[in-house]
Amino acid sequence: MTNETARPGSAAAEPLLRLRGIEKRFGAVEALKGVDLDVPPAQVTALVGDNGAGKSVLVKCIAGIHEPDNGEITFEGRRVHIHSPKDSARLGIEVVYQDLALCDNLDVVQNMFLGRERLSNGLLDEDSMERAASQTLADLSVTTVRSVRQVVQSLSGGQRQSVAVAKAVMWNSKLVILDEPTAALGVAQTHQVLQLVTRLAERGLAVIMISHNLNDVFKVADRIAVLRLGQMVGEGPASGFDSQSVVELMTTGRSSRNGDAPTRSPGQAP
Amino acid sequence: MTDQNARPDGDAPEAGSDALENVQVSSPRTPGGLLRQWWSQIVAGESGVLPVVLGAIAIGIIFQTQNARFLSAGNLVNLLVQGSVFMLIGMGEVFVLLLGEIDLSLGFVAGIGGTVVTELVRSGTNWPWWAAIVTALAVTTAIGALQGTLITRLRLPSFVVTLAGLLGWQGVMIQLLGVGGTIPIPNNTINNLVNGTLSDLTGWILAAGVVLVFGIATAMRDGQRRKSGLAAPPRFLTVAKVVVVAAAAAGLVALSNVDRGVRAFPISGMPWVIPIVLGVLVVWSLLLGRTRFGRYVYAIGGNAEAARRAGINLARVRTIAFSLAGLTAGIGGIMYASRLRSMSTSFDGGTIVLYVVATAVIGGTSLFGGRGHPLHPVLGGIIIAAIVNGMGLLGLSAAIQLIATALVLLASITVDVVVRRRGETAH
Repeated sequence: MTNETARPGSAAAEPLLRLRGIEKRFGAVEALKGVDLDVPPAQVTALVGDNGAGKSVLVKCIAGIHEPDNGEITFEGRRVHIHSPKDSARLGIEVVYQDLALCDNLDVVQNMFLGRERLSNGLLDEDSMERAASQTLADLSVTTVRSVRQVVQSLSGGQRQSVAVAKAVMWNSKLVILDEPTAALGVAQTHQVLQLVTRLAERGLAVIMISHNLNDVFKVADRIAVLRLGQMVGEGPASGFDSQSVVELMTTGRSSRNGDAPTRSPGQAP
Repeated sequence: MTDQNARPDGDAPEAGSDALENVQVSSPRTPGGLLRQWWSQIVAGESGVLPVVLGAIAIGIIFQTQNARFLSAGNLVNLLVQGSVFMLIGMGEVFVLLLGEIDLSLGFVAGIGGTVVTELVRSGTNWPWWAAIVTALAVTTAIGALQGTLITRLRLPSFVVTLAGLLGWQGVMIQLLGVGGTIPIPNNTINNLVNGTLSDLTGWILAAGVVLVFGIATAMRDGQRRKSGLAAPPRFLTVAKVVVVAAAAAGLVALSNVDRGVRAFPISGMPWVIPIVLGVLVVWSLLLGRTRFGRYVYAIGGNAEAARRAGINLARVRTIAFSLAGLTAGIGGIMYASRLRSMSTSFDGGTIVLYVVATAVIGGTSLFGGRGHPLHPVLGGIIIAAIVNGMGLLGLSAAIQLIATALVLLASITVDVVVRRRGETAH
């Protein structure tokens, strides 16, 4: 409710998703205390915060798993109410959860189309699905998956992440939310996945990436939003932050570099 | 399905058909390449039905060396008929095992199926055979649906619900038959389901029809994939598949058409039950492999949470799976009654269901859900029938037969678990 509009670096782009004053309470616990967030298209917005800061709750409010008690969600300039995961999917919001939700015993194509299989004459149209899945992976330059007819069980962690992301972008999605996409990945695979994240933004999608790993955040994020104890304590272009200021914001809610008030102040250019 | 010959590509070109090419598999084009690919799959733990086929060959050699009658045409046909009840009920069990559940009641659900048919065609009731069969299958399907509903809606464990079914449906069956009762089946059509045989010519025509349909379907499918630029098996493999199926069909008919009776009572021709088992196998394979419902059964068995998030109605798919298990068990029960030309209270559904789970597991279906195929209980049924039949020929006691069956079951569950572990550590 403060100076959202005058943010340097957020460019002229109208945010795809705009959250205003989102509140969510579980019994006595106030998980989100009036969070504001703008997510512009074609940019990677990193959502960082310590454990219990409210990152997951915020994402679940966007995904329709929780309903906010208060606040406004605007998507593509329209006020929306997201009551269920179906609502968010209809808007074009896809979430890649940390556990990826892939079926190990199914192959890549079967996983990417799970729940939305194409049929012809009442039978599964495997060829058309295989072609579309291959095309999507190719568009995202995912070349590490040798065969789309491989069962997911035989894939590495990075390949699984790539498949999960490809599955999310397949459905004309406009906003992809990635929950800790690089957790539990090795160096090379982390690199792969981060490249993929960048590519999503290049394709014009809005990306929210939740991460603990500030290295990863600074590698790919165009914007950074820092949550602490259910409040947005810093939000702005990544260039306005460095590791130290982000850590300070995460832990104390203020940054000595910016030296300004603890409430949602956008990180100003140094 | 994994292609070991794929190239490790560098950076992909931009989107478009070139990039599409990149993700594609370069299928091995030569028999040698295929063999190598197959071998690496086996090493990686994807051995498919290979262990059970090897097991069948080993069993065949062992018994044949002990008793030259074992591999005679008559005995082999007998063996298929003996195994058919297990195979059919086993194909029902596969639906439930794929979900990662178990149905212990299927033996007595089959018993109910046989009993209902018997009661409906017995002298005094005299229903037409088809009405009796339809009613019996409706009853067993409803039983499956009832148990499935309890399991999915009330979230009761399937083990306990179907254990109750194992006890309860036996009670119902005894009640229907009357204490100590054995009711003969006077209806020839019902009795012929197992005991009747096709004429030699009909057998050949049927086999030719099956091979023709299979050949056309396979050729069209592979051709379609080749045309649309997807990874398709090379042409010789398509031909090889059809040739193998044709040879198997011809072999089966030839075996069946050998006279297996005694001089005074010659018997030849394929027993009706063989095409019945194959028909159920084909229909359930299509259902599980080519429809949304089948895909969802596998998905739930693999990762129920992922299936739920994909918007799949878990309760509905599970309930339908339990209903289909009941339906298939009903078919098995009718075959049981047909084979004995009667139904009696000595029907031991408890032992049958344990054998049935064994046939599925021996064939390669996982007890942990997500992996299995209707073909598995058919193969496993052949193994179990072969052991029982072979040991009978050797005059070994029931005690030895039980112990041998137990060892085979242990061996197959070991394969199941080891394969699973391999697959998990394969990345």
